[in-house]
Amino acid sequence: MKKKLVIIGAGMASGRAIEHLFEHATADWDVTLFNAEPRGNYNRLMLSPVLSGEKTYEQIVTHDDSFYAAHGIHCRFGEKVVSIDRARKVVVGEKGEVAYDKLLIGTGSNPFIIPLPGKDLKGVIAYRDLEDTQAMIDLGAKPGAKAVVIGGGLLGLEAAAGMAARGVDVTVVHIMGHLMERQLDESAGYLLRKALNDKGIHVLCQANSKEILGDETGHVRALALADGTELPCDLLVMAVGIRPNVALAKEAGLQVARGIVVDDHMVTSDPDVLSLGECVEHAGAIFGLVAPLYDQAKVVAATLNGEHSVFVSREVSTKLKVTGCDLFSAGDFAEGEGREDIVFRDPSRGVYKRLVLKGDRIIGAVMYGDTADGNWFYGLMKDGTDISEMRETLIFGPAFQGGAALDPMAAVAALPPEAEICGCNGVCKGKIEAAIKGGATTLDQVRAQTKASSSCGTCTGLVEQVMAVCLGDDFVMPTHLPMCKCTDHTHEDVRRLIKSMELKSQPAVFQELGWKTKDGCHSCRPALNFYLLADWPLDYQDQPQSRFVNERNHANIQKDGTYSVMPRMWGGMTDANELRAIADAAEKYGAAVKVTGGQRIDLLGIKKEDLPAIWADLNDAGMVSGHAYTKGLRTVKTCVGSDWCRFGTQDSTGLGIKLEKLLWGSWTPHKVKLGVSGCPRNCAEATCKDVGVICVDSGYQIGVAGAAGMDVKETERLCDVASEDEVLEITAAFIQLYRENAKYLDRPYKWVAKVGLDWVKERVVADIDSRRALYDRFLISQSVYQKDPWAERARPEDRPKWAPLADFTKEAAE
Amino acid sequence: MTLFVDIGSLEDIPRQGARVVKTTEGCVAVFRTLEDEVFALDDRCPHKGGPLSEGIVHGRNVTCPLHSAVFDLSTGQAQGADDYVTRSYPAKVENGRVLLDAALLKRRSAA
Repeated sequence: MKKKLVIIGAGMASGRAIEHLFEHATADWDVTLFNAEPRGNYNRLMLSPVLSGEKTYEQIVTHDDSFYAAHGIHCRFGEKVVSIDRARKVVVGEKGEVAYDKLLIGTGSNPFIIPLPGKDLKGVIAYRDLEDTQAMIDLGAKPGAKAVVIGGGLLGLEAAAGMAARGVDVTVVHIMGHLMERQLDESAGYLLRKALNDKGIHVLCQANSKEILGDETGHVRALALADGTELPCDLLVMAVGIRPNVALAKEAGLQVARGIVVDDHMVTSDPDVLSLGECVEHAGAIFGLVAPLYDQAKVVAATLNGEHSVFVSREVSTKLKVTGCDLFSAGDFAEGEGREDIVFRDPSRGVYKRLVLKGDRIIGAVMYGDTADGNWFYGLMKDGTDISEMRETLIFGPAFQGGAALDPMAAVAALPPEAEICGCNGVCKGKIEAAIKGGATTLDQVRAQTKASSSCGTCTGLVEQVMAVCLGDDFVMPTHLPMCKCTDHTHEDVRRLIKSMELKSQPAVFQELGWKTKDGCHSCRPALNFYLLADWPLDYQDQPQSRFVNERNHANIQKDGTYSVMPRMWGGMTDANELRAIADAAEKYGAAVKVTGGQRIDLLGIKKEDLPAIWADLNDAGMVSGHAYTKGLRTVKTCVGSDWCRFGTQDSTGLGIKLEKLLWGSWTPHKVKLGVSGCPRNCAEATCKDVGVICVDSGYQIGVAGAAGMDVKETERLCDVASEDEVLEITAAFIQLYRENAKYLDRPYKWVAKVGLDWVKERVVADIDSRRALYDRFLISQSVYQKDPWAERARPEDRPKWAPLADFTKEAAE
Repeated sequence: MTLFVDIGSLEDIPRQGARVVKTTEGCVAVFRTLEDEVFALDDRCPHKGGPLSEGIVHGRNVTCPLHSAVFDLSTGQAQGADDYVTRSYPAKVENGRVLLDAALLKRRSAA
């Protein structure tokens, strides 16, 4: 007599199990197949090509009616299973019972729905089955339709790309810092985001969804984010993950953890009940990708047919099924003990490849842009092949032809003709190329014909690279000092390329400019962090971990590891209240007290864990951080001016305070110190400052580029003006020009020496429009960065971050 | 066998950053790399005692905040011309928790 097998769930895994089951000649099964969806087995993985229109539903059906008929399978499609009665060995369906000898549970998984307010509105769907897919296809037929996808993982991005291909305006909202963070590292995630942007898909990372908003008919109308942004949409797709569907198994009293627990033979806690697919848990692991499910199907068939077979979980690889986004990920690509990276980047083609090695074996691979060799690497990884022999050339793949070294000029070669090379004179790459084709072979000839690099000169390196690309061996590149070991580009090149290529994140810079390391070094990261925040104040997110200790901790580290704390004293003025608070703080925290050269009071010897408390105390007395630790505005030193001094010509103290209130909080390539003296006797020593103002009867003399450190240098006269307002606008414009153009760690005097004072004067003094534009850009930056870092960090809930993570000194004493 | 003790959540350590663990013989710096690996070193540069926990973490290295010696996080060995070694301790992450070698901590406390 035939043995009775009941299968619950007609998914990809159970479909494959049925095939294997009947491959055996001895198989003699009477199979009943339940499926809650009103159809049989189809390839769920291929829903994305259906969505994008590359395939039809008919093409992704894996088993049709004739297959079921040929094997005598009783199909109960569209019928839900109500319960399993293990004592009587029957499955109870909505339309009646079926007895079994063996039961196979393949209930798969349920999409996880974030419990947001509004999750039950019409038009809020998951991406799981054909109905969801159809809803997205239908949306594409509506002109001007908008959709929001929550979740930047595999499924979410396929949903987004599919809808975008059908003309829907799609925004992806992802809570993590980069897309597909489980499969991709930051660099590959950056490239993927860029490719999706090119397809017109908007991507918001680090975005927290707060609430789904509906209209009066109960249909979704927008997604509200925690930061207050509202994203209007006609359809909202949640693709944030899956949960094993274990409800039936649990009710039936089977052992269930995260999934239905199975042994190596796919047998559950009941010897007559097997399970497979996304609903199971094997050795603590659950499964979401198809490869291990197919392995499970083989084991299930063998076990049912009375053969010995063992399921072994193995490394899996991932590919994204989005046309034009070629990516591949397999294995483990976290860093670890004894692990090494081989990284290859080709910025001009948008290619990134990274292999992770442990000993002589590949244990992980991430590839973007060129995944042709993915399966070869995956094979080497799966088989544990010793790659020591081919290590040198491994990254170039099996078809290695001799492997050209990474070309440092690839980024420049890839620039389009309209990319601006020389910002001063508005010269684009095409114009330089034209000059070279017209016979210019030296830098001077290019300068003479195009004016490129003839003003401030910071783009010289780039012009030379364009020449090298055009002239080949006929042009000998002069050697310039690269920024650090991570790159061949100079600081000046990197600054220019950040602007012209609109690079707005560190991974963008690393990829597009062909960085040789994965995440830079202590030398380039602080510089890049500054360049990016100075050029893109509204787009770039400041990275504290790319800052030196003083700027990260907002206090000055001393040689014994304690810190100094210095509140701002506007223009060097203070009062009894502030002095009392400072005295109290000095006593409370055991600080040494020093009057500084910048007319402020320094509290030395503060322990790190006390910083938030002393900041709060000083905040309470109305004081803010003096930024005495930053590459930013430090002090504005003043004399008492016309208020008190019999020689004072103007209110130098008042002007100093106004300058400090305008400029404080701004980040600059190096520190910036100002002075305002009330008369030419110059008691505030303004003539050796970065910007120094001398008040005279007729107005104000503004000097810049002074120095009183390693070098001592008198300021050079920028201009004379009649009003305080002009002093403020010109000073801010000068500092903005410095912020936008100088090399990191060049004080203004070094920068002015490179670009020339005349070049500065033209932009800050002579050209009123340029001055106004610089001033406006400075204010935009200040709208983001002018805030007291102490107040932000002294909040009680943040204080534990400043203390040790754990303290074992107390345990030892007990 | 190494005995590990739970010192806190991985989320408590900033990515590309560090936190310290206090012992009677000084602090141990526990680092977290960009890719969520953890390493533990004595929080003291052998050069002038700089707190390595305040250095910039890049790849599997940290740069001393005082005079820029670069240390390999997995060995405690300084790179290049700087011939210093700072002591390293077994550390690992399990289920989002950071675990540190208990025996070493204890030996330090007892000494």
